[in-house]
Amino acid sequence: MSAATLPVPDHRAEGGIGVKGLVADWSSDRHAFHVSWGKAMMWIFLLSDTFIFGSFLTGYMTVRGSTTVAWPNPSEVFSLHIGQSSVPLLLIAIMTFVLITSSGTMAMAVNCAYRRDRVNAAALMIVTAAFGEIFVGMQAFEWSKLILEGVRPWGNPWGAAQFGSTFFMITGFHGLHVTCGVILLVIVAIRLLLGHYEKSHNYQIVEIVGLYWHFVDLVWVFIFALFYLW
Amino acid sequence: MSTTTPAGDQQHQQHPIGLYLKIWALLFLLSTMSYLVDYFHLQGYLRWGLIVLFMLMKAGLIVAVFMHMAWERLSLVCAILLPTLGLLVLVALMAIEADHTHLARVLFFR
Repeated sequence: MSAATLPVPDHRAEGGIGVKGLVADWSSDRHAFHVSWGKAMMWIFLLSDTFIFGSFLTGYMTVRGSTTVAWPNPSEVFSLHIGQSSVPLLLIAIMTFVLITSSGTMAMAVNCAYRRDRVNAAALMIVTAAFGEIFVGMQAFEWSKLILEGVRPWGNPWGAAQFGSTFFMITGFHGLHVTCGVILLVIVAIRLLLGHYEKSHNYQIVEIVGLYWHFVDLVWVFIFALFYLW
Repeated sequence: MSTTTPAGDQQHQQHPIGLYLKIWALLFLLSTMSYLVDYFHLQGYLRWGLIVLFMLMKAGLIVAVFMHMAWERLSLVCAILLPTLGLLVLVALMAIEADHTHLARVLFFR
């Protein structure tokens, strides 16, 4: 009887039971990261995406390292013929510059959003989306060119069959990310212009979309180095 | 967590546009240099070393400045950047696996 009078705090009761209790226990009003939840969640999503692309590139390394057939020379496969001469990797180089440029305009859009300059922020986001669309267009051109030349996921005219499968998987998944980013950018830019974020007076969505866009550029840095240049 | 940003978070993210333009120019320069590695047909460890060096420098600039990681608190930086090091374990294991498979193919399937 005397035990019942002891002031033992019952932590189980604090957040209630069932689903409510689960939420209360896992949130518990403790901040691990002193940023908004949206930004923290975007970072965690990007971390998981890093593992997806990391696994793709590791898989590419494994099949390239284990094949006994010569790997097609990317420098020649991705060259463009201008007049009589062939310039190695020209299209890929242009795509790299386009994506870096879009990252630069995105960074400036985020900067405008911090200064609550919503017209310039939205305009720069549209410019970023346009560069992204140019990138996807050039990738579609590259894919069609390679498919016409006979590259398939199960073989190609120049060497190891795994070249096609890794190429289509890695660049295809990256292109999908760019396409999603373009759609996201356009949606947020339009909502920004229409004044959707005026009520909360919070433009942080621009920064969150920016994180995603810079990540897409970041992944391309690794693909460019490890797939095209190696 | 509230949906509004703490005032301090907004303050420390104000950087001059010039900073972004400088990083942009640097990224252009690094990309051009890694392209030139291929253009001049550098081979062997020099080629791989330069490619990885330029790749890591570009990645570092994008994460640190464009993604503002340089100005985030250490708890977020650790939570996002440290787990990626786990990929190095995967890469090491799969490199050994690839070598082993390659050896087996050379010995028995050619």
